[in-house]
Amino acid sequence: MAIKVVERRPLTLAERTYLPQILAGLKVTWDNMVRPSVTLQYPEERPTIPKNYRGVPTLVMDPNGREKCVSCQLCEFVCPPKAIRITPGEISENATNAHVEKAPKEFEINMLRCIYCGLCQEVCPEEAIFLQNQYSLTGLTRESMVNNKVKLYELGGTLPDGHHKWDKKKEEAEKQAGGQH
Amino acid sequence: MVTDNKPSLVTINVDGVEHQVPAGANLVDALGKIGKEVPHYCYHPKLPVAGNCRMCLVELGSPMRDRATNELVMENGLPKIGWQPKPAIACATNVSAGLHVRLESPGVKACREGVTEMLLLNHPLDCPICDQAGECKLQEFSAEYGRGYSRYVDEKNAKPKKTRLGPRVTLDDERCILCSRCVRFSSEIAKDPVLGFVNRGSYNTLTCFPGRELDNNYSLNTVDICPVGALTSTDFRFKMRVWFLKQTPSIDTESSAGANTTVWSREGKIYRITPRQNDAVNDTWMADSGRELFKSVDAPNRVTHATVKNEKATLEAALAAADVALSAGALAIVGSSHMSVEEQRLLARLAKSKNASVYIPAHVGKGDGLLVSEDRTPNFRGALVTGLTDRAPVADLKALAADIDAGKVKSVLIVREDAAMLGLPASTLAKVRSVVLATHHNVTTAAAEVVLPALTVFERSGSFINCQFRLQSFAQAVPGPTGVLPDALVLARLAGADAAAVWSELSANIPMLAGLDGRLLPAEGVQLDGAAFAAHKFPEGKLLKFAPVATA
Repeated sequence: MAIKVVERRPLTLAERTYLPQILAGLKVTWDNMVRPSVTLQYPEERPTIPKNYRGVPTLVMDPNGREKCVSCQLCEFVCPPKAIRITPGEISENATNAHVEKAPKEFEINMLRCIYCGLCQEVCPEEAIFLQNQYSLTGLTRESMVNNKVKLYELGGTLPDGHHKWDKKKEEAEKQAGGQH
Repeated sequence: MVTDNKPSLVTINVDGVEHQVPAGANLVDALGKIGKEVPHYCYHPKLPVAGNCRMCLVELGSPMRDRATNELVMENGLPKIGWQPKPAIACATNVSAGLHVRLESPGVKACREGVTEMLLLNHPLDCPICDQAGECKLQEFSAEYGRGYSRYVDEKNAKPKKTRLGPRVTLDDERCILCSRCVRFSSEIAKDPVLGFVNRGSYNTLTCFPGRELDNNYSLNTVDICPVGALTSTDFRFKMRVWFLKQTPSIDTESSAGANTTVWSREGKIYRITPRQNDAVNDTWMADSGRELFKSVDAPNRVTHATVKNEKATLEAALAAADVALSAGALAIVGSSHMSVEEQRLLARLAKSKNASVYIPAHVGKGDGLLVSEDRTPNFRGALVTGLTDRAPVADLKALAADIDAGKVKSVLIVREDAAMLGLPASTLAKVRSVVLATHHNVTTAAAEVVLPALTVFERSGSFINCQFRLQSFAQAVPGPTGVLPDALVLARLAGADAAAVWSELSANIPMLAGLDGRLLPAEGVQLDGAAFAAHKFPEGKLLKFAPVATA
């Protein structure tokens, strides 16, 4: 096979000084320096959670501070990984929300099992359980990863409620008892 | 009423398809048997027909006949059907030959939608807190036959909630649909008519008569038959939703009536006991007292492990100690009518091999004529059939105590009985070698040399023979305490027998049980012929489905 010799083009002056290449590289660096940043300094900086984000499931109260859960156990039933465990209980006669009759004695969500699917929120007939914007949940023991009722209300807080289902029922019963039927 | 002894069949036509059904049967029952559901609330097969809920409205017709000639009127080669102009309630209709029924016509659908809408007018929207949810007929039929929305715009009636009707029953008047099942049950079955309706129109309310309570021993049956969540059990109130509960067939052990029951449990914990239908024994009822028996399972004095001389021991060590104790000389066995047929047979074989005398203590109480009999044990007939004893049960164990004092007995095996309560004091028991098989700690277990843990009726399976000589089986509902073996295995070990072969041995050697296997009984049990024991004097009086044989 014949050997073909390719003539190499001699470098130009600009090429021999390397300056254009260095300047081109500096331009890339400069462009990135002045571009707005896309990363966050986590955990000092926290992202904005979009609406309808499915974070840690929580229990919420209505604006009157009443716990909305009535321990119907539908979330426990629907939960695919069986993360929810409810002990139902009766509300004492003297409580301000005695007209609701039923409330959970204990409510546990095992966050090691939870898959954040949101079925519990979807199935809740009382709008008491919500997957809110809490996304970072860690613990050093298995027990600490089980959220009990106190923790769930702490995480959930109060949400606006347009229904006031039980309060309306109570008002109506009182009205009728007063002979205004 | 459908009878078991070969009813004559008639042909009826349901939505154009012909079916054979028993003549004279109630239309709701007859259609139920051929797999056609007629929704109903007030009708109950074991109660008088009231016909007040109107949910079972259907269209009825029959072949037309010419008035002059009495000939069938034909149309296109088929008999012409004359349909009644208005719907009729199926529960008050008995089937007759040629009856035509429409269950799926637009008219019937409109009736059901209308009735459902009306029943829901004043029904509260509290399914989330209602214990009936999941087994509520109103919930089921509203989904199945309702229109799905309400046109009612006015405010719902407020009625009393959480009313105490009696010690075991809570009433929520808002949920009541006024079907009157509970009223009819109280007057017709329990013979304690304390319930009634007061006020009129939308104020109509279920209540107890003034100064009375729903406190009879059958009050919880009203909870079972309530189609909605109006009557709820105070004990089961807010304990667990029914869809989590596993149902296990069992037998009520409080008396020899042997009512069939369903045990409802979740993850090894029993939540309630309800009756299971058996038309030969208890229809659909059971006594309130039998529903509380499951509480003994978690009692603090349960025997959870074997002990030898009041020291905790492994089951193996305790069984070895028991073998030694039972071989110490003349053996007396205190058996029990609380043991299952299988256990009694194994104990009988142990008694035979050791040539032991057997005592079966009697537990007699007052019968109520329904489902609590005079004999407060489930299985004395089993002790007779298995050959554990051939005598009437003894009132107490004083004769045995005298034998021990006289030195005629050297060792005692007590199974499922508290001998100290039966005239065999702990001081007497201490004089001999003693082995006790017990579920709960008591004076006898404290005095015994070897205590072997036993399982309750909810933790083991087996069979009982009730006062009618009906062999019925019960299944294990929940696991027993860790490491505790079923009684039959413990007794088989003591008797040197094979617990798994007990039924083949029984069916081979006991003519009454020939061809039977207690593990494969039908749900309603098997009726045995008790003629061989006709000479025995049994304490039972008349019960719901049992009449004592007149003894001369």
